[in-house]
Amino acid sequence: MPCAFAQSTVDEIAKYRAALQDGNPAELWEARGEALWKQKRGPKQVSFEQCDLGLGAGVVKGAYARLPRYFADADRVMDLETRLVWCMVKLQGYSEADALKNPFGSGNEKKSDMEALVAYVTSESRGAKMNVALSHPKEEQMYRLGEKMFYFRGGPHDFACATCHGEDGKRIRLQDLPNLTGTEGAQKAYTTWPAYRVSQGELRSFQWRLYDCFRQQRFPELIFASDASVALTMFLARNANGVAFDAPAIKR
Amino acid sequence: MLALLAAAGWLKPDAAHAQAWNKAAFETHDMAETMKALGGAEPAQSKDIVFFQTPDIAENGAVVPIGIASNIPKTDSIAILIEKNPNMLAATFDIPAGTEPTISTRVKMGQTSNIYALVKADGKYYVASKEVKVTLGGCGG
Amino acid sequence: MADPMKIRANLVGDSTEVKVLMNHEMETGQRKDAQGKTIPAWFIQSVSATCNDKTVLSAQWGPAVSKNPFLSFKFKGGAKGDKVVITWVDSRGDKRTDEATIA
Ligand code: HEC
Repeated sequence: MPCAFAQSTVDEIAKYRAALQDGNPAELWEARGEALWKQKRGPKQVSFEQCDLGLGAGVVKGAYARLPRYFADADRVMDLETRLVWCMVKLQGYSEADALKNPFGSGNEKKSDMEALVAYVTSESRGAKMNVALSHPKEEQMYRLGEKMFYFRGGPHDFACATCHGEDGKRIRLQDLPNLTGTEGAQKAYTTWPAYRVSQGELRSFQWRLYDCFRQQRFPELIFASDASVALTMFLARNANGVAFDAPAIKR
Repeated sequence: MLALLAAAGWLKPDAAHAQAWNKAAFETHDMAETMKALGGAEPAQSKDIVFFQTPDIAENGAVVPIGIASNIPKTDSIAILIEKNPNMLAATFDIPAGTEPTISTRVKMGQTSNIYALVKADGKYYVASKEVKVTLGGCGG
Repeated sequence: MADPMKIRANLVGDSTEVKVLMNHEMETGQRKDAQGKTIPAWFIQSVSATCNDKTVLSAQWGPAVSKNPFLSFKFKGGAKGDKVVITWVDSRGDKRTDEATIA
């Protein structure tokens, strides 16, 4: 049963969230990611400054707001993480297994370089207008796949993403469940990830968000950097077109 | 050995860290105990201490923003105390001359509780309090 | 070694406004791990800030300060180009010093 909250409670929570905006610990991840981006790494000792995120080798500014996109060199539609993994393998000489390892960090003992890199690259798109193209047939295909997945019901509860995110005003406890089928909901959600999760004391990427919703949905584990994750990302990123990207953010 | 090195100028004596961490004060459970550990008498209620950017309700107790400003002349230090935490004292800030008696930070709260802002000014202690409700994302708000 | 702090120091009117984020677990000593063993306390105990060799703030913290601590304060007397130096020392004796130039 949904809990009813007085408007004053909702207002106070909004004030709480506003008070956290100044001094977002996500900046610590951004700083670490920037250092990693510039560092010569891997068996080949090459930095990411030769990695093309779609706007040319080493161009980070505004790149995330145009991802996912089709990359001719890989003949594949890639989101940021998939592309970073590709650069780690092709440019830096890591094995695929090493590049895919540890996508989500946990505490001091298990820091994730991937999450830090994602924090840095996304921060360089803050203020850039979301502009994800469907001009290549494979981009269009990826978008359609993501859409299909979003409405696909399955798992022990027969849930789809749309079950929880398909109508306005839904809520689990205090958490608003954004309607991700509408432009506004997709915009608000997509442009505010990655986020520093106050409850976890960790920076979490959009990929982590998807991973966690798969878990909530009791679906099999979403494989990191798989086409399934690229497709869902494509669907939501494209639906967010037109507004400015505004992350890394801070969330409860 | 360390003292020798310091004397020889090898180690810079660090004024701020010279004062050892006040273990006793950070292990107290109520106001009287805390005041004793800090070496002060019972504080006077003051309207010249204000909370800013401190919400009435915190969505998550792991991170509760607290801002405290003291308008009491000659404010030397500001401390944050959380009544219902396992140990009451959360932090103390020494304010040298030239620094504004205004600090803001974030603290953990295990549950809904009063927060005290304790100010030492010209050798005397003053206090103000505010209740912050912690919802922890549940329905118990 | 601990990761760097993120320090911002900006001249606003005649005061320098300093905002600091620190990388630290701030473990309370009250939490248990998956095996039910208590995770030992580990937190920043003291923080000091100096500008031109003058202390502008010193603080003592307990484990109730949030993970990845944030601190903001203002002082008078700083000028553009001056350095603000911040040092923390934690309960294991680890120490970290970083600086920022007043902008
Ligand atoms: C069982 C319900 C449920 C299902 C099914 C579900 N989610 Fe979620 N989702 C949630 C909850 C709850 C949150 C918000 C959590 C929070 O605020 O901490 C959320 C948050 C999100 C967000 C972030 C929204 C924001 O504004 O921060 C995105 C994006 C998202 N889900 C995508 C998906 C996708 C894609 C799927 C399908 C693979 C999916 N979800 C399936 C419950 C669900």
